[in-house]
Amino acid sequence: MADLPILTITTFLPLVGALIVFLIWEDSEVARRNVRMVALLTTCLTFLVSLGIWAGFDNSRADFQFVEKVEWISEGGIAYHMGVDGISMLFVILTTFLMPFCILASWDAIQHRVREYMIAFLLLETLMIGVFCSLDIVLFYVFFEAGLIPMFIIIGVWGGQRRVYASMKFFLYTLLGSVLMLLAIMAMYWQAGTTDIPTLLAYDFPADMQTWLWLAFFASFAVKMPMWPVHTWLPDAHVEAPTAGSVILAGILLKMGGYGFLRFSLPMFPLASDTMQNFVFALSVIAIIYTSLVALMQEDIKKLIAYSSVAHMGYVTMGIFTANVQGIQGAIFQMLAHGLVSGALFLCVGVVYDRMHTREIAAYGGLVNNMPKYAVAFLIFTMANVGLPGTAGFVGEFLTLLGAFQANTWVAIFATLGVILSAAYALWLYRRVVFGTLDKEALKAMLDLNTREKVILYPLVVLVIFFGVYPSPVFDVTTASVDNLVATVQAAIDSEARSALAATGN
Amino acid sequence: MLHLIVFLPLLGFLIAGLFGNRMGATASEYVTTGFMGISAILSWVVFGSFWLGGAEPFTVDVLRWIQVGNFSADWSFRVDTLTAVMLVVVNTVSCLVHMYSIGYMSHDPHRPRFFAYLSLFTFAMLMLVTSDNLIQMFFGWEGVGLASYLLIGFWYKKPSANAAAMKAFVVNRVGDFGFALGIFGIFVFFGSVSFDVIFAKAISIAESGTVPDGPVFEFAGYALDQASALTIICLLLFMGAMGKSAQFLLHTWLPDAMEGPTPVSALIHAATMVTAGVFLVARMSPVFELSSTALTVVTIFGATTAFFAATVGLVQNDIKRVIAYSTCSQLGYMFAALGVGAYGAGVFHLFTHAFFKALLFLCAGSVIHAVSNEQDMRKMGGLRKHIPKTYWMMVIGTIAITGVGIPGTIFGTAGFFSKDAILESVWVGTNPAAGYAFWMLVVAAFFTSFYSWRLIFMTFHGKPRASADVMSHIHESPNVMLVPLYILAAGALFAGVVFHTPFIGSHHEIGAVDPHYLEFWKGALFTGPTNQILEMFHDVPKLVKWAAVLVMLPGLAIAYWFYIRSPDVPVELARQHNGLYKFLLNKWYFDELYERIFIRPAMWLGRFLWKQGDGRIIDGFGPNGIAARVQDVTARVVKLQTGYLYHYAFAMLIGAAALITYIMFTGVK
Repeated sequence: MADLPILTITTFLPLVGALIVFLIWEDSEVARRNVRMVALLTTCLTFLVSLGIWAGFDNSRADFQFVEKVEWISEGGIAYHMGVDGISMLFVILTTFLMPFCILASWDAIQHRVREYMIAFLLLETLMIGVFCSLDIVLFYVFFEAGLIPMFIIIGVWGGQRRVYASMKFFLYTLLGSVLMLLAIMAMYWQAGTTDIPTLLAYDFPADMQTWLWLAFFASFAVKMPMWPVHTWLPDAHVEAPTAGSVILAGILLKMGGYGFLRFSLPMFPLASDTMQNFVFALSVIAIIYTSLVALMQEDIKKLIAYSSVAHMGYVTMGIFTANVQGIQGAIFQMLAHGLVSGALFLCVGVVYDRMHTREIAAYGGLVNNMPKYAVAFLIFTMANVGLPGTAGFVGEFLTLLGAFQANTWVAIFATLGVILSAAYALWLYRRVVFGTLDKEALKAMLDLNTREKVILYPLVVLVIFFGVYPSPVFDVTTASVDNLVATVQAAIDSEARSALAATGN
Repeated sequence: MLHLIVFLPLLGFLIAGLFGNRMGATASEYVTTGFMGISAILSWVVFGSFWLGGAEPFTVDVLRWIQVGNFSADWSFRVDTLTAVMLVVVNTVSCLVHMYSIGYMSHDPHRPRFFAYLSLFTFAMLMLVTSDNLIQMFFGWEGVGLASYLLIGFWYKKPSANAAAMKAFVVNRVGDFGFALGIFGIFVFFGSVSFDVIFAKAISIAESGTVPDGPVFEFAGYALDQASALTIICLLLFMGAMGKSAQFLLHTWLPDAMEGPTPVSALIHAATMVTAGVFLVARMSPVFELSSTALTVVTIFGATTAFFAATVGLVQNDIKRVIAYSTCSQLGYMFAALGVGAYGAGVFHLFTHAFFKALLFLCAGSVIHAVSNEQDMRKMGGLRKHIPKTYWMMVIGTIAITGVGIPGTIFGTAGFFSKDAILESVWVGTNPAAGYAFWMLVVAAFFTSFYSWRLIFMTFHGKPRASADVMSHIHESPNVMLVPLYILAAGALFAGVVFHTPFIGSHHEIGAVDPHYLEFWKGALFTGPTNQILEMFHDVPKLVKWAAVLVMLPGLAIAYWFYIRSPDVPVELARQHNGLYKFLLNKWYFDELYERIFIRPAMWLGRFLWKQGDGRIIDGFGPNGIAARVQDVTARVVKLQTGYLYHYAFAMLIGAAALITYIMFTGVK
């Protein structure tokens, strides 16, 4: 196993699948079925291969593992450099895990241009895995930015009514962020003379430069997260995206911002992170309260869940910049849990959308009467979204709040208000959609979950509860890397404080 | 054994929940009830080993849970006397309620789901009382909240039930907001969330006599010394307790929770879940003992709740709501006792209250069952002859709650012993609110007597006010419902006389703690060196000992006069004091007030932030503004449909190319 370039295989296996799909030229029912099967098999196989990464992962090491390095552009020292550590590894697994569900969720929902759709998804998977595995900042940038193109296509071609507007919005936001990040990468190269991430992690950037670099990276990651006030693209994108697109958007793409903060902002610019801590806290707390209140008033199911995602990502950014172990572990766990839970919630919306073709909350009501299995699954995901202890949603939320309390009690107080608001909007949604009498004619004919939908939702139910009761498999992987990260950041801040003290002493 | 006690209800839940529809309602009922029966018997064995056998507290590890940095919380059971008491209360009542529900729910099509929820609730409650750290307790805490939510909304077709379910969950979350912050505070202060560590540290502080000074943490902008930090922590934890135990200001959900089936009201909203707050404060007694300010606040809220809820109970017409307000009021008694440091008395009242309040609710259920699901007492009356067994059981419940007994003797109902102990403790209590609390509780005792007898008289005496059709269908409940009533009635009558010595200590020598008390609790309830309640509370004036009985009699007399002798009097009284009557009938207008100051502003703010904040400001000045300009340009150049995409790909490509070129150039250099 050790000799196999397993990260490269995991990353590019979907691309191979995409090529095979590309070769299926005809457009018949049989061909469409083959396309779907190829995509499903590819994603399942990729998931199995990626499990090999987890199996071979050494929990006790904080550095990068499964490292592969091939020189790419020798003049600049840019290399094809891959590797994972405790922070990135589980995001790879999350990505490969969610993909088969996306393919299954699109099985009946997508009927035109199936081939192109599957190619877009498989390509997207390659690019997403690449983001989490890259150990060269240029490579990272390429994966990071290119990943948006398939997403654009997915929303733009298979999206809803206002897909053009949604994509335009997405474009404007991300363009701003990526241009700034590009400039920052250039500046870093100019300063440190390398694009190699492990080398950059060990490099001490001058304090005043850190702030500028931090801001540039922040612009890009904050849009991806998304943080308030650059979040308004997300509800529109979700609403217009097909179900599987929403799952990937909420499940993986949002996590890239958080991953970016953990990989670049915090360890490479620790002093700036410390300086900007209160700024991030403020934005996070505003996000939690503001978007929860907005979620309360939504009339569209997907928009409501999208706003709730923004609120949950508020906990993540808050947790990351507490720069203590509980906060960061909580943030990572929250991202993984939210990947499962929000993905599952969008899949739940997909189930009823496929039957009714509307996302209007008012069009539903009383579903528990004829869809009891659906009601149970939806309830469990709702409770996980609310952060009920015993579900995956609790652990991350609780730890980020605990971390925040140690950093700044005001932040913890305001952020904890989110637990009240999240209960209010999530249960109100559940009540309006699931409870009540079934008196809308159109709903009466709706059937409960079919086999395909059970295969999609039940494993997620199991995992959401499993990781809520026994989160140790995750923490075992992340502990070493996070401890190392916290120690590095703290050391940098301490040494700066010492030298500042020494300077005044002189 | 402990695994069996805790996990059998979980197993019952899983079996009934997953396979209930396949194996049928009867099988689900027997499986869940049978498991609960085993669990209940084993609980009594555990309790017996603490009560008679002198067992020592022990801990059982189950599974790793959250271990992050220096924070650690595992799944494990910690059993001491307090836990054993709660095990008995929870499992006994739960088992009887399961059994009763077989009869009560027999016409409901969703019985497997109902029994699954009941077992789920019991499991969560057991996790709460057996936890060895605050996080597992929080799991149980929110778990019972979930079960309560599901059971209140059990009849999901009723909009009022759904609203009540949601209200219960959200109001409880308000309390949990405080609870969570309290846990964070505990972790920062004590460096752990494990009870053993917290208590060891707290007790060493208490025994050293003074709380060391020096700032420990900054809370909400204030740098706090250790004493104030402890006060804040206790108050935050108490906020959680207030939510769960429906104390004044956070009480609004409990009366609405009566939308659920009546067995649920008996189990969750009377005997067990709502006492979780009392349990929390009693459990954390070593920490609360360190802050007299926090204890004073607890007393104030307890006494106020006892009084407030009793006043509202005076005029309610829904049989279940009367009992609900009565529950609220009795919980206030418990908190008042905890607040003056009489933890034994508070927990004792919790214990006896579980019997007689569950009894009252189940009797009410039996009545409702008999009169075709009518809950309005104005449409009852004269039921005594038709359902005599239920009548007598309810009378037993009533004499227990009103505290009938003769002070100084062993003749007394369960409620007599525990309520008396509370009044005596509060009388000798030294905190500044004790005097206020004493008078509030005495007045509340008078009200309790009045509304409890009013309920009996309106329901069972006088002329029938139900329609002839209802009266013709009236029937006594089957044995499966009556047997639980008999068992609970036995508890309501005798739990006081049997258990008062170990729980609170009996009349031994004045100025010393009864050794029975110490032997029974074994430090599970901690009283600091300055807390003299246990030594003092038997030594009170005769009038204090008789206070509860003395106010109980006029309550009974007035109820008799109002509702049997001359029923016109209360009507006339309500007419004359219409303002006051409306004020009480509308529950002091709390729901309306909260609607005005919380719900509507939150919704308005949500809409405002959405339409104005997101829509007009962020989008207006951000993407839409720019997009409008971009569109002006691109509309002329490319087809809009695809323009943005190529644009982006193009921009990205240029970017990547520029980057690589730049690096290659500088790299060569």
